[in-house]
Amino acid sequence: MSTQVPEQQEEPTEAAAETETQIPSKGDARRAEKRRRAAERRAQKQAEEAERAAADEDTIELKVFRYDPEVEGKQEPRFDTFHVPFTKGMTVLDALMYARDTYDSSLTFRHSCRQAICGSDAMFVNGTQKLACKTQISELQEPIRVEPLPHAEVTKDLVIEMEHFYEQMHAVEPYFQTNELPDGELEEQRQSRENREKIKMSTRCIWCSACMSSCNIAAGDNEYLGPAAINKAYRFAMDEREGEDIKQKRLEIIEQEHGVWRCQTQFSCTEVCPKDIPLTEHIQELKREAVKNNLKFW
Amino acid sequence: MSQSYNRGLIEDFGRWREFSAGMWAWIFHKFTGWVLVGYLFTHIAVLSTAIPAAGQEAAVLQAGDDIYTQTIVTLEELLLVRILEVGLLAVAVFHILNGTRLLLIDLGIGLESQDKSFYASLILTGAITVASVPTFIAGAF
Repeated sequence: MSTQVPEQQEEPTEAAAETETQIPSKGDARRAEKRRRAAERRAQKQAEEAERAAADEDTIELKVFRYDPEVEGKQEPRFDTFHVPFTKGMTVLDALMYARDTYDSSLTFRHSCRQAICGSDAMFVNGTQKLACKTQISELQEPIRVEPLPHAEVTKDLVIEMEHFYEQMHAVEPYFQTNELPDGELEEQRQSRENREKIKMSTRCIWCSACMSSCNIAAGDNEYLGPAAINKAYRFAMDEREGEDIKQKRLEIIEQEHGVWRCQTQFSCTEVCPKDIPLTEHIQELKREAVKNNLKFW
Repeated sequence: MSQSYNRGLIEDFGRWREFSAGMWAWIFHKFTGWVLVGYLFTHIAVLSTAIPAAGQEAAVLQAGDDIYTQTIVTLEELLLVRILEVGLLAVAVFHILNGTRLLLIDLGIGLESQDKSFYASLILTGAITVASVPTFIAGAF
């Protein structure tokens, strides 16, 4: 199972030509020879590994999206197939890491904590946005197709450009603000239990952008804040400690043209959210808040 | 707010097999909405061309020889029109039921069972449509 592009096979001859033009020292030649033999060994080991995995009954087939704008032969997006031996409890991320460590070290994807907290490894697995470290292989149909999140620009392989998502998140001012400080200097700003319960789910967001990627509206309207950002706005707008004037400010942000009113309740975001945040419910509640805020009876 | 940069525009409808209930509800609601708008305009066009009937003598109206009656009778003779009427009923019923569902969603009621209410409106639409077939098709053949 070679994931190398043909262009790369020419490299050794190029390197040889280079050393010829310079004065070839014995050490250089020896090192080149050593490198060549190491590469050979690695290739052989990979081939053996691949053969073994293919022969083994309990392997899974992984089809991974590959794209690299910096290497000429990889600029055309393609799918690579990896056979990964299945172990009990294996997640998509585990399988990807096995493929990277065993077959192709250039396979690129984001991951960090591996326990659904950091939110780096949201991917498009078998047609839905999933957190790779939280998705069990045993629950998926083979072959497993792993793609970068849709509706975002791909930087390399499974890595997408997140800048736009972060900008939308920052646009709702996702931090605590208040004009109502307690009297005593060292006094805490306490939150009632009920209020904490109300915003509990919305605080779970891990900024993985799975919801944004699943949202049909966000795909067509690039200025739409998106479910994650609106959920952030909800988390603070519903926090009673922030006070009435800050809430007014927050409602102004979310009720603008590309705010909550873009949501057409397709429930895509709620369905893909790896932290089970009821995003649509929060967006709907903010819509009602916005209406109530602007309705005046006199 | 941030300036846009291209995220590869709109939904890829090629992956329709992976769409979930909420997405289908949205697509059907859009579709039925446009069909109803289209029907409304055809309806107005047909009726307005038959308007001279209003100026007819009472005797002509009685005999059913006026343009209005003639138009309707001619249309109803066509099997295609009969079938389209069944389709129109299906479209309208679904739009009404799903509209009610959306109304409830806007009020924050039953968001957890939004997929079930979509399936329910689909089934109900199917049932009502099937039940209407005898009425619409009667005498068309």
